[in-house]
Amino acid sequence: MTPYRPPRIRLEALAVWRRNALVWRRLMAASLLLHFGEPLLYLLGIGYGLGRFVGEIDGMAYFTFLASGFVAWSAMNVASMESMWSVYTRMVPQQTYEAILATPAEVDDIVIGELLWCGTKSLVSGSAILAVAAILGAVQDWTALLVIPVIFLTGLCFAAPGLIVTAYARAYEYFNFYMTLFMTPMFILCGVFYPISTLPAPMQIAVQFLPLTHAVAIIRPLIVGSPVENLWLHLGALVLFGVICAWIAAILVRRRLVQ
Amino acid sequence: MSPERKGPIVRCGQLVKRFGTLRAVDEISFEIPEGICFGILGPNGAGKTTTLRMLLGQSPRSSGTLEVFGQDIDYGRRYIRQRTGIVPQADNLDPDFTVAENLSMYGSYFRLDHQTVQKRIPELLSMVELLVRADDRISTLSGGMKRRLTLARALVNNPDLLVLDEPTTGLDPQARHMIWSLVHRLKRDGRTILLTTHYMEEAERLCDELIIVDSGKLIAQGSPDALIRQHCESDVLEIRGVGTDFKMNKLPESFRSEFSGDSAYLYSNDSHALLAYAANMGETTALHRKTGLEDVFLRLTGRGLRG
Repeated sequence: MTPYRPPRIRLEALAVWRRNALVWRRLMAASLLLHFGEPLLYLLGIGYGLGRFVGEIDGMAYFTFLASGFVAWSAMNVASMESMWSVYTRMVPQQTYEAILATPAEVDDIVIGELLWCGTKSLVSGSAILAVAAILGAVQDWTALLVIPVIFLTGLCFAAPGLIVTAYARAYEYFNFYMTLFMTPMFILCGVFYPISTLPAPMQIAVQFLPLTHAVAIIRPLIVGSPVENLWLHLGALVLFGVICAWIAAILVRRRLVQ
Repeated sequence: MSPERKGPIVRCGQLVKRFGTLRAVDEISFEIPEGICFGILGPNGAGKTTTLRMLLGQSPRSSGTLEVFGQDIDYGRRYIRQRTGIVPQADNLDPDFTVAENLSMYGSYFRLDHQTVQKRIPELLSMVELLVRADDRISTLSGGMKRRLTLARALVNNPDLLVLDEPTTGLDPQARHMIWSLVHRLKRDGRTILLTTHYMEEAERLCDELIIVDSGKLIAQGSPDALIRQHCESDVLEIRGVGTDFKMNKLPESFRSEFSGDSAYLYSNDSHALLAYAANMGETTALHRKTGLEDVFLRLTGRGLRG
């Protein structure tokens, strides 16, 4: 046994992904309503409402600024929720993984399959916001279509730390720590509501170590059609963070499931 | 036939599993020949499930040798699981799917051809008498139905080895008998069956060969009949409803006596002597019967309660 090796990627992971997709398809209507309805309310309420007082930020309407931030934030949020609450449900009360591990599928397939599934859910919700933003006139260039793969990448990137937390979790309440200590600060600080250039200088450096900053930095200019500064740096930061977390998650989930 | 089929299906030697300082499985060795029903008996916490988990590669062994289908478990884990069906102790059917979908979903983890699985589903469901429930949700099934569906699920990959971990625990007599007849049928099909249980009647009915484990150690091995002959007298008189202060009439020397709960047990190879003793007991109720695996089990593992 080599408990520290990186996760292997195999076709069985797709069976795990497919299982979740089939369950989701059954509840799709409710899910889509949530994905379209919620951002619509937020965007109309805050984007237009607050936007009237804010005017323009970074050369774009506040509505556009906020919509592009929400796309990134939603990708983070949806992947995190799925990789914590839903994965925990499948792992502990439902014992779904115990059943899967009696077949030729292995822990690595579960980890990879769940990561892909979390990325997929982010893709759906992020694209929904993008569509709502486009309908309301916030999308200004066809480069916005390039946002779609970035949403998926952002989802993967945040699913991995979610799995790490889940591997340690003994109850659902455990996730509150991660929400409060990691997700809420990113929601507030990483450029969703205002440009990070308005933060105090030390904070501007600090937020560079939070992955949501990089997701916002790529997604926002693509939506307005302006060039992405330091594209490879931001992409590299997301990929590096995601890969390291996925590796750690694989080690920890193996330890949790195979004793 | 592939060469590895000639040897035993399972072969383990000096198998050990440690959890910290606890030795959950302590140097157990046994072999399971092809086509038999092999039982692992033991009180709760004896190490039965841990042994099964090691056999399936769900729990790494601490030491010892372990081969299934002639393959070392560390290297052939996926191959072994491809050919094995498992009915776990606790039901873990997928509550998000229907009865039939549970089977097709399970088949997808084996990467079985979708058409083949779809064709097999009605056969499997009618075998466990759940065909009419094919489109029902799992939550609407009774405990016995869930067990039967779990058994059908374990057969999706048409396994050569079927592992049943306490398959009838918590079931009513009807459901239990149905599981037993299914196991008989599967054995007739030529499948090898590995079963854990703490129901002695179940072991006597189903197992060709068994081992008894206690506190992780193997304490007896053989066919049910041989174990009874080896460890017990042929007959027993069970005297029920007696207190610990119960004074027995002077016992013939050939009798062996034991107490458990509020019952006394008198063992002897001389059934006439036991019946004669019972006739002199007056008002106390006594039951004469042939000894069984339960007597062997209680003798070897003691009568104290287990956690």
